[in-house]
Amino acid sequence: MVHVSYYLALSAILFSCGVLGFLIKRNIITIFMSIELMLNAVNLSFVAFASYWHALSGQVFVFFVMVVAAAEASVGLAIIIAVFRTRETLNPDRVNLLKL
Amino acid sequence: MFIFFGAICVGGAINLLRQKHPIDSALSLVVVMGALAGLYLLLGAEFLAAIQVIVYAGAIMVLFVFVIMLLNAGAEEHTRGSRIALLFGVPALLVISVLTTWLALKSEPSAKAVQVGALYGSAQEIGRLLFNDFLLPFEITSVLILIAIMGAVVLARRES
Repeated sequence: MVHVSYYLALSAILFSCGVLGFLIKRNIITIFMSIELMLNAVNLSFVAFASYWHALSGQVFVFFVMVVAAAEASVGLAIIIAVFRTRETLNPDRVNLLKL
Repeated sequence: MFIFFGAICVGGAINLLRQKHPIDSALSLVVVMGALAGLYLLLGAEFLAAIQVIVYAGAIMVLFVFVIMLLNAGAEEHTRGSRIALLFGVPALLVISVLTTWLALKSEPSAKAVQVGALYGSAQEIGRLLFNDFLLPFEITSVLILIAIMGAVVLARRES
């Protein structure tokens, strides 16, 4: 018997950790993992609300979010491999060809 | 049980931020996803818990670890920009996190507690919903996956 707002608080904390990792990490793969962490935090609040409103459609949305996350991970990692091949680095600060 | 899994989640997330080497971050992310699967089970979403373990902790993280090992990624290096982000980002995110947590805990004092097994999200129920009400989005995601496969193949192909 846990209050639904505790789940939302946990989701907020996880999302903040994801945003923080996105900002402070200087490895493009770790930044990508932070995005996955944010998606997971949102999924947790989806499931908590589905349980709260007794509506199963929230869980179906989590299913779709997972599908999109899988597609995003495959394409993003392919882009990372392509970037590494041309620039020989994983540091996003060194991928600055478009910068003035 | 909620406190147990929640502590594992937050600990794994903080460990993800602390580790310098991407493979350590990936392993702590696997821990976070496993604990989230436990939380889904507590909320009665047993199908999603299984999918979380299979798709996220299984497939996606294997992909991550594979790419980390393929690229032979070393420990990350710090630059001036990352120090500035660390200096201002950590306090700002702490403030935002505390504020949102406080809002979530305070917003609905009359809200009822979530019961274990109050909503039974079995594979049968989810599948019925998926193939009746959400048939069109389901078909669209299949096209999305197809495009993602083609995109990954085209992007990762070696130029010749």
